[in-house]
Amino acid sequence: MRDALGVGLAVGAYGVGFGAAAVAAGLSVLQACALSLLMFTGASQFALVGVLGAGGGVLAAVAGATLLGSRNALYAVRLADLLRLSGLRRVAAAHLTIDESTALATGAPAGLQGVGFWAGGLSVFGFWNLATLLGALGAGAVDTSALGLDAAVGAAFLALLAPQVRDRTGLQVAVGGAALAALAVPLAPAGVPVLVAGLAAVVAVALHRGDA
Amino acid sequence: MTWAAVLLGAALCLALKLAGWLVPPAVLERPAVRRGAALLPLAVLAGLLVVQVLGDGRGLVVDARVAGLAAGAVALALRAPFLVVVLVAAAVAAGVRAL
Repeated sequence: MRDALGVGLAVGAYGVGFGAAAVAAGLSVLQACALSLLMFTGASQFALVGVLGAGGGVLAAVAGATLLGSRNALYAVRLADLLRLSGLRRVAAAHLTIDESTALATGAPAGLQGVGFWAGGLSVFGFWNLATLLGALGAGAVDTSALGLDAAVGAAFLALLAPQVRDRTGLQVAVGGAALAALAVPLAPAGVPVLVAGLAAVVAVALHRGDA
Repeated sequence: MTWAAVLLGAALCLALKLAGWLVPPAVLERPAVRRGAALLPLAVLAGLLVVQVLGDGRGLVVDARVAGLAAGAVALALRAPFLVVVLVAAAVAAGVRAL
């Protein structure tokens, strides 16, 4: 339970950053809050506002968010096996299926996995939405470009990315994705370079098919 | 248009989560799928990073954002919390712009 609150508070810090980034990208406070309530998966939300902020279209923004949300499906597979839920509880659990709730559930001792999941998921949900509102209201009150918020969003992407680079392949994929995006910027419409970057992961999977 | 992106994106992200709860594990537990889902965020986040920090319409430019990102990277390497990393990046970019 204490872990769940701690994780919720830590995530709140990202939430303030997201709310501010969303408003800096041109979303309304209501749209920023709707994303946190309805999408509720941080990296995807950052991706969506990042693409829209760069002038990207609806489809590119949605595709970027969806690509980043794909790992939640794999978390759900593990959780479904661990928690064995049905009916509406399963739909509610699906909405709360994110990095933090999965980590708390799988890290909890046997018998307490359900507690870890629900406490973690609900705590993060509460703090994330509150923090989004605060960040969005705060950014709405100031001139965001003079404050360097565009650079802050870049730093947010870096902070999301860095802990996920755990091995050589991960580093290669990140560098490859960055290079592909840079190449695509002059050639493709806004938003599309982010999707082109995703090809780096596809190439890595194809190359490493044998040793998986 | 922004609302369309918000609602459609939210629906698809929830659909992915639900799919994991409903689809038989065998489909999503294949090694290539697992590996792809683990690596996709790396590639996409790196792409977002480049567009956010270097992108300028149809071109790439090096400006105050790069200085901000570099400062944020230093903060990150020093294990600063997320909010500090972001604030340092914003402050340095704003400082460079004010020069």
